[in-house]
Formats: sequence, structure tokens, C-alpha cells
Amino acid sequence: MPDNRYEKTPRPGQERYVAPPEEVKVGVIDAVDTSEAPSSLWADAWRDMRHRALFWVSAALIVFVVLMAVFPGLFTTTSPTECHLEDSLGGPTAGHIFGFDKQGCDIYARAVYGARASVTVGILSTVFVVVIGTLIGAIAGYFGGWLDTVLSRFTDIFFAVPFVLAAIVIMSLLDDRNALVVAVVLAVFGWTSIARITRGAVLGVKNNEFVTAAKALGMSRGAILGKHVLPNSAAPIIVYATVALGTFIVAEATLSFLGIGLPTSTVSWGGDLDKAQESIRIAPEIMIYPATALALTVLSFIMMGDVVRDALDPKARKR
Amino acid sequence: MLWYIGRRLLQVIPVFLGATLLLYGLVFLRPGDPVAALGGERGLSPAAELAIREAYHLDQPFFMQYLYFLKGVFTFDMGVTFTGRPVVDVIAQAFPVTFQLALMAIVIETVFGIGFGLYAGIRKGKLFDSTVLLWSLLLISLPTFVIGFVMQAVVGVQLGWLPITAGRDPDFISLLMPAIVLATTSFAYILRLTRTSVVENITADFVRTARAKGLPRGKVMTRHVLRNSLIPVVTFIGIDLGNLMAGSIVTEGIFNINGVGGTLYQAIVRGENVTVVSLSTVLVVVYIFANLLVDVFYAVLDPRIRYA
Repeated sequence: MPDNRYEKTPRPGQERYVAPPEEVKVGVIDAVDTSEAPSSLWADAWRDMRHRALFWVSAALIVFVVLMAVFPGLFTTTSPTECHLEDSLGGPTAGHIFGFDKQGCDIYARAVYGARASVTVGILSTVFVVVIGTLIGAIAGYFGGWLDTVLSRFTDIFFAVPFVLAAIVIMSLLDDRNALVVAVVLAVFGWTSIARITRGAVLGVKNNEFVTAAKALGMSRGAILGKHVLPNSAAPIIVYATVALGTFIVAEATLSFLGIGLPTSTVSWGGDLDKAQESIRIAPEIMIYPATALALTVLSFIMMGDVVRDALDPKARKR
Repeated sequence: MLWYIGRRLLQVIPVFLGATLLLYGLVFLRPGDPVAALGGERGLSPAAELAIREAYHLDQPFFMQYLYFLKGVFTFDMGVTFTGRPVVDVIAQAFPVTFQLALMAIVIETVFGIGFGLYAGIRKGKLFDSTVLLWSLLLISLPTFVIGFVMQAVVGVQLGWLPITAGRDPDFISLLMPAIVLATTSFAYILRLTRTSVVENITADFVRTARAKGLPRGKVMTRHVLRNSLIPVVTFIGIDLGNLMAGSIVTEGIFNINGVGGTLYQAIVRGENVTVVSLSTVLVVVYIFANLLVDVFYAVLDPRIRYA
């Protein structure tokens, strides 16, 4: 039986209409509306984020903590290192709202001034980690081949040494300790996750059409990596870096607590927590203030990372 | 499958060599001469010093020392501590304690993390979900040692429910509080991980199909939703085993446990290089093999990985 499905006469309204070639210009069909910039990933994310309360809460907390780290004088006029032993473990009084610790130092002033150490270490190690990790991950992912094999094994080696263990071993070797040293030590063994994330992201981006187009246009490999591949792989790196900043602050506090972080002369939340635990049986409330300050700071960065991740992920975006 | 395991095993070799060389280099670059320190104020006689240097191969160049160390690792002869105890003995005594502690922590974090995460994921957006999410964030933000001291002061001293320190030959009860403290951070991570993948899977097509064909709700949740949500969780637990063993440095210090962490920390403070390197190597080996196990397990769960 001959197949004559296509030869049936169409019912009214079903006739196929083919426009004559001169009726619609090709240019009109292909034209893209350029009056409005295409909404980028980041613009979409921003539109999503600014409607979320969590974003504004964590942003406010971060601004507050950073302000406290840069200008502690704005928040208190009391010196954190001016301590009188006769005030030891004294309760709150006028002008000293949180009371005094064992050495008779003002707890509120120490909580304010402690922000600087934590924020400095957190930001510095995150910057180092992002630079090292992105560089190694991007080179491994983009150039591939033997370079990828070597760099990936190199990453595996650093990944195989537990982060806390390495930090403790190195810090115990050093005599001259300050925020920069702590940040470098944390970064030296903390960059592996970023390198892996970057490598994965670059591998996903580098075969896209726009990269091929850039290659065809004669752009150099380094320029393609810097202008096209990296900006398009940035999202997961930024999300991870925000969360990592929080974990670095916790790590710094842990090192200071073990007595191998910042020197005791530096006012830091970790050091204060260590001192507070000595008198936890008689005055447990002393520990609450540096612990709350530390937890709120870390919390704000982790929450920010969460919000940014949700905003960048179209699947999680609530419309 | 065998091909995949073989390939992964081959990859372990350079990682093991690199990581141990890194640790060995770190520890042996530290300033100060342990042999000179051994003599104290009076100093050792030149003959004794020479004998000790020869016995520990300290007269050899760095790389030869490293090779001697590797040989020791493979023949279970890692030298002696400053007090003359074989390092292998120290490891044999410390390792089971830490292993038990880490195992208890893993059981606690897995059971509660998956349980809470599953329930929160099912009831997404409800009060339980948001409460649990907030608490998990708080647990992640607090350093382990703060949680440890608070638990010690509240549960141990004020309520008197659990012993506050473990000491020598700890039993299950005295390790319970340290295990809970050690588990808190990972518990929060597992909870969030489980919740995220449950939320993702609960709207998946295969779950709708399972429901549509009339499977009871409980069965859909355990067989379809939970099972598929466990893949990232399993990965995390494997990697976490190594972290737990390293994290025990802080926890064991707080609760006075003679495990790998406690011994390691004391060795670092005393500058006992041999003990530090040997114990760290044990930790690194555990870490590497936990990762290997995860990869193999992962390949069993998801065949696509094997051929990648």
C-alpha cells in the first residue's frame, strides 16, 4: 500500500504556509535584540540574592566584623591589654558590659580587638589558597596531558596529608609566629580542594563553543584561559572560598588554642578561648563571648557561601 | 573492575612516597639538634654522640635517612622513642584507642546525620528542617575544642552523666563523650549533605514512578530516595575517617586519651622526630587507603566512574 500520508489534502486551517523568500529578510530572523544586555549568570544571581533575608543578614554581619577588625576603636574605648588583677573574674559593671576575665582584662574590649587576628588570617589564607589552587587547577585542567598528570598527583600528595596535622607540625617548628605566618601555613596545605574544584570547572568549560571560537580567532592559549575559561569557572571557586574562609578562622583558633598559633601577646579569639577554658569550672560565662564572636563570624561566611551557591544554581533558584 | 582497582593502587604509590617525603622533610628541617638535646646541660661524650648518630643514621644525607625510614616502615622497625620504647609498640598501643574512638564517632555521625538529614529533607521548609539546618551551621562554626569543653563542663561536671576524662585503657562509656565531640562537625556536614541530596532526589522521576505504581511510602523513601542520596555521603565518610584521626589531636588532648592524637601532640611538643614522623605516616596511610576504598566503593555504586 503506497504511503500517501503527505499527499492528503489538509483540512481547513491546517495548510502549511511557506513564505516566499523575499517576504522575510534573513537578517531579521537572525537579529538579536541588543538594546538590552543579556542577563549574565552573576546578574541573575544578584537578582535572586537581593530578595533573600539570609543574604542581607550575613552581609551585615560580615561588614560588621570587618569594620571591627579594621577600626576596633569605633566599638570600644577600653584597651584590651590594660588589665587590673583586682578586677579578676569580675562581673559586668558600667562601662564593662561583659565583665572581666581571669587576668582582669575587659572581655568586651578583647572580643572587639580579637576580630582583627581572625579576619586577617581568614582573608589572607583564603586569598593565598585561591591564588595557588586556581593556578594549579587551571593549568592542570586547561593544558591537560602530562602536565595534568603531574599537577594532579602533586595535588594528591598535599591532599593526603591531613590539614590539621600538617598545620600543627609546621607551626610547632616555628618560633616567630604572626598572622601572616599562620595564614601561609594554613594555605600551604589548604589549597588542594580549590585546585580540584578549579580543574573540574575548567574541564567543563574548555570545550565550549566560545572557547573554540576564540581559538579560531587566533587568541593565544594564555589569553583564552584568562579571558574566557577562568571567568566562566569562577562560580564554584568563589562559593568554596567563602566557606573556606570560615574554616580557616576555626583552624586559626584551634592552633592558637593548642598554643602554637598566634603568640599570647596578640589579642585573638582562639587565645582568649584557651585562657577561658582554664577557668571554665568557676566562670563558664567568660568562654561565651569569644566563642559567640568566633561562631557568628564563621557562620556569616558559611551562610554567605550557601546563599551565593543557591543563587548561582538555577536548579535551586526559587522563581 | 579489577583493572580499575589496579590502576588506582598504582596511583597510590607516588602519593604515599610524596606525602611521607613531605612530612619527613618538614619534621627533619626543624631547628635544633635532638641528639645534642639528649645530653642536657653537661653534653654527651663525643664517642656516645657519634654512636647515637650512627645508630639513627643521622650522619647520612637527608635522602638516605628518608630511605632508611621507608625501609623501617615496611619492616615494622621504625626505631625507638627517646625513652627507648620501640615506636611500633607506641603505635600498637595508641592506634586501637584512636581507631575505636574514630569508629564510634563515625557510627554516631552517620546514624544521626543520615537520620536527621533524611527527615529534614522529607519535610523541607518545615520547622524541623529550618531548626536542624540552623543548628548544623552553628555546630560547623564552633571549633571542636569549644564544644568539647562545654560538654565536659555541662554533661560531665554539672550533670555528672559521663566521665570527663578517659585515661589509660578507656572503655566504651569513657570514650562516649569524646566520640560525640569528635563527631559533631562531621555530623553537621553529613546532615546537610543528606538533606540536600534527599531534597534533590525526592522530586526525581524514578521516585514519582515508584509512588505511582503504588509502593508504600516507607519503601519509596528507603529503597529509592535514601539509597540514591547516600552516594555523596559515603564519599564524605571515607574521606572523613582520615580527618577524624587527625582531629583526634585536639579531642584526645581535651579528654586525656592516650591515642594517636594525644601521643602525636606530646611527641611534637617534645621534638621526638621519629615518633612524629612514624605516627603521621600511619595517619597518612589510613587517609590514603580510606580514599582508595571510597573510590572503589564509588565505582561499585556507579559504573560510569570505572570507565572514565
